[in-house]
Amino acid sequence: MDKIPILKMGQYLLVTVQVDLYDRLALGLESDLVNMIRKHSSRGVLIDISAVNIVDSFMGRILGNIAQMSKILDAHTVVVGMQPAVAITLIELGLPMTGVHTALNVEKGMDLLREQLLAQEPLTPEEDDDYQ
Amino acid sequence: MTIISKETIAIRTEQDAVFLRHRVTEYCVKIRMGLVNQTKLLTAASELVRNMLRYAGGGVVLCEVVSQSVLMMGVRLTFTDKGPGIADIAAAMKDGFSTGKSLGLGLPGTKRLVSQFDIKSQLGKGTSVTILKWKNG
Repeated sequence: MDKIPILKMGQYLLVTVQVDLYDRLALGLESDLVNMIRKHSSRGVLIDISAVNIVDSFMGRILGNIAQMSKILDAHTVVVGMQPAVAITLIELGLPMTGVHTALNVEKGMDLLREQLLAQEPLTPEEDDDYQ
Repeated sequence: MTIISKETIAIRTEQDAVFLRHRVTEYCVKIRMGLVNQTKLLTAASELVRNMLRYAGGGVVLCEVVSQSVLMMGVRLTFTDKGPGIADIAAAMKDGFSTGKSLGLGLPGTKRLVSQFDIKSQLGKGTSVTILKWKNG
């Protein structure tokens, strides 16, 4: 069966969807990602959909699910590279994509993930002070 | 309205849906439909194919290239299944209504994406949905 590869890069997981998405493939990606986040204690997930030319209500919902699931596993998700035609279609279809962070390209998406991670970090050094 | 070409595609699995997408893309490219309209039509088709597979276990799609004048060309798709039919079409066409577990965006969303939308359903006999997207509309 087809599978979308997930790459681990440090604290992040990278996914580039290079094939036509269909329902079972999207569902497989959802469960694979959640398992990988747990296995590698990942803090961020970047999904590149620049090669995807259709996102319908089901696939849109899967993207939303992935964002929410990873959030409760303490990882941020950012979806990057959405084609303009796909964005137009999604909104006309009526899918709000709430809770899904997006960025224009992979570079900006990685910046966003790093910022989000940094924004959480500063708490740790203060806690360490107690040991001294 | 003149029908320029037609083809019937049987849908039984999700793979057939991917094949349908490719065929529809070819037709759109042939009549030089813009990318945004192509994406809208393909997304609408994707929603309707899912309905067919989920509620009726499959069906048949008739793909036609139609024209009203030299400038008015479009792609018309008719999705016919022998499923349980839809009891209340008016309700099914409302945003957020679903008898399954979906978001209930399929039918109303599809209607927003295409130029013409027609649905006929008979309980126990099946459902037929026709969508048409003009090249420039």
